[in-house]
Amino acid sequence: MTSPVFEPWNDPEAKPLIEFQNVTKRFGSFTAIDDLTIGIYEKEFFALLGPSGCGKTTMMRMLAGFDTPTEGAIFLAGQNMAPVPPNKRATNMMFQSYALFPHLSIWDNIAFGLKREGMPKPDIEARVDEMLRLTRLEKFARRKPHQISGGQRQRVALARSLAKHPKLLLLDEPLGALDKKLRQDTQFELMDIQEKTGTTFVIVTHDQEEAMTVASRVAVMDNGKIIQVSTPDRIYENPNSVYVADFIGEVNIIDGTVTPNGPDSYSVAWKDGQPPLNVISPTVFSDGQSCHLAIRPEKVTINAEKPADVDNVVQGKILDIAYLGNISTYHVELPSGVVIKAQSANTRRISRRAFTWEDTVWLSWTATAGVLLAN
Amino acid sequence: MTRMSWFNTVSLTLGFAFLYVPMLILVIFSFNDGKLVTVWAGFSTKWYGELMQNEAFLNAAWVTIKVAVVSSTIATVLGTMAAYVLVRGGRFMGRTLFSGMIYAPLVMPEVITGLSLLLLFIGIGLDRGVLTIILAHTTFSMCYVSVVVSSRLMTFDRSLEEAALDLGCSAAQAFRLVTLPIIAPAVISGWLLAFTLSLDDLVIASFTSGPAATTLPIKIYSAVRLGVSPEINALSTIMIAIVTIGVITASLVNKRQLVRQQRDEQAAVRS
Repeated sequence: MTSPVFEPWNDPEAKPLIEFQNVTKRFGSFTAIDDLTIGIYEKEFFALLGPSGCGKTTMMRMLAGFDTPTEGAIFLAGQNMAPVPPNKRATNMMFQSYALFPHLSIWDNIAFGLKREGMPKPDIEARVDEMLRLTRLEKFARRKPHQISGGQRQRVALARSLAKHPKLLLLDEPLGALDKKLRQDTQFELMDIQEKTGTTFVIVTHDQEEAMTVASRVAVMDNGKIIQVSTPDRIYENPNSVYVADFIGEVNIIDGTVTPNGPDSYSVAWKDGQPPLNVISPTVFSDGQSCHLAIRPEKVTINAEKPADVDNVVQGKILDIAYLGNISTYHVELPSGVVIKAQSANTRRISRRAFTWEDTVWLSWTATAGVLLAN
Repeated sequence: MTRMSWFNTVSLTLGFAFLYVPMLILVIFSFNDGKLVTVWAGFSTKWYGELMQNEAFLNAAWVTIKVAVVSSTIATVLGTMAAYVLVRGGRFMGRTLFSGMIYAPLVMPEVITGLSLLLLFIGIGLDRGVLTIILAHTTFSMCYVSVVVSSRLMTFDRSLEEAALDLGCSAAQAFRLVTLPIIAPAVISGWLLAFTLSLDDLVIASFTSGPAATTLPIKIYSAVRLGVSPEINALSTIMIAIVTIGVITASLVNKRQLVRQQRDEQAAVRS
C-alpha cells in the first residue's frame, strides 16, 4: 500500500491558500521585499529561510497584518488581505520572544484569544484543556509565565497561537531561544502537532537544519527575493544557484568553463595543468560558458591509493581535519592551491584513523555527484 | 560583615547628617513643652492637641489633600496618554512640538509657570480657588507622569501588544488588557510622584489659589513669617511621618515582589 504523496505544488488543479502577487515592501528607500510572487498550499509546513535582513520576517509580518505591502497584493483563501486588520485575520502568530502576557496565568494566556471571540465559557474551558493536553502543559496551567522554563514557555506560545484554530499559523524563529538538544526534540514535536491539527504552518528561520527537518517546502531568500523554492531534498541536491548551494550545508565550489562532450555531458576546464572534470548536467550549457561546479563534501571520496575507474580524481595533501565525532571533514589542498573538502563517516575509532595531517591522498567523485551552476 | 574603610564611614556620616539632621531637630522640637522653638523645656504632645483644634490648618490640609488626589489622578490619565502617543504614535505632525512642550514644565522656573497660569485664569475669567489649583497642578505634574510612563513604555516589548492584536483585540482592548496591567507599576509611581509634587508645591499654588482656598504649604509659609510656632513643627512631623510610611510601604511592596519573582524564576529553571 502506498500512501498518497503530499505535494499540492505539483498539482495544477490545487489552489494555494496564500498567494503573494508581485508584492513589494519598502521602508523608506530600503526595499525589504522585491516583487515577490509565491503560493503556499493548505496543510503545508512552509519554511522561509535566509540570513537576517533578507526579508523573511517582513513577509511574515505582512501575513499577520502588522505590515502592509507597498505594491502588490496578498490573498488568503482567495480574499485580498490588504484591508483586513490583524485582529480580524484567520492567522495567528507565534512570536520569537513568545510574547506571553506576564500578568496572566498559562491558562489565561491560552484562553486570551478565545475570550476575545466571545466564545461561551464551557467551550473555552474545553478548548484550553485540549491545548494544554496537546502541549503537555496540564500541570502548569495555574503558573505565571516567569514560573516555567524556556521550553515550557515555547509550548505555551504554541498552544496560545493554535487555540483559535487559525487557518494559518506563523512561527517567527520559534526555536531560536532553546538549546540545541531541546530544539531538536521540539522540531519533531512541532511536526507532530502540525500533522495532528492539519494547520498550515509558515516558519521563519535562519537555521537551515531546522528548515530542512520540519518543512515540506523551503524558500531560500536573499535581499527581498526568493532564490529557490523546493522540497528540502531538492534544495540540497539540486540547488539552482551558488547562493543556495552555499547557504544550505557545506559545499565545494569549483569555477571553470564548460565544453559539451555528449548528451547532458560536459567537461569542465578549471585549473591550468589539471585534467578537465567530467560532469553530467541536465541543465544545458553552451561551449565556453563559465560555470560553477558545486559538490557536497560527503560526495567526495578520500583514498590513500589512486582509485581506478572513477570519473574524476585529484591528488592533494591534507591541510586540516575537522573531527565532529560521527564524521570528519578533511580539507585537502591541491597542488594548484585549491582546497577541497571531503567528508567521511568515522566508522572506526579515532586512534585507527587512516589519514592524518600532511598525508597525500586521492579525492574522487562521480560525474553525477556535483551540480553545474551558471551563477 | 566587612569593616568599612574610614573614607566610607565619613561619606556615610556626612550624607546622613546633611539629609536628616534638620528634620530630626524639627521632629524633636515638635515634642517640646515650651513655647520657644529653640529652647527645650521637657517632653509634651500638647502641640499636636492644639493642632487638632486649629480650624485654619485643618481646612488647609483638607484642601491640599483634595487638590493632590484630584490633580494627580487627572495628571496620571493625561500623562499616560501623552506618553503612549509619544512612544507608540510614530511620526505625526507636531510630534517634536508636543514632546518639547510636554517636557517644558520640567525645566521652566515655577514662577513663570505660576504666572502664566494666573494670567490665563484671569483672562478667561475663572475665579481662583480649588479648581484653579487643581488645573495648575495637573499641568505641571502630568509632565512628570509622562516621563516616568514613557521610560517604561520604551522598554516594553512591543510584540506583547502585537500578540494581543493577533489574538483578536482591538487597539483599545490591547491597551486595556495587556499594556496597562503591565505598565501599572510605572503608572502608580507616576501617580505617587504627582501626588507628592502637588502636596509640596508652594510657588504655583500661591499664584493660583484664591482667598477661598489655601493649601497647607501656603498656610505654613505665611504662619512662619509671623514666627515659627511649635504647632508648625508638629504639623511638619505629621507630614514627614506620612511621607516616610508611604515611601517605606512602596519600597517594601516592590522588594517583596522582586524577591518572589526571582525565587519563582529559579524554581522554574530547576524544574
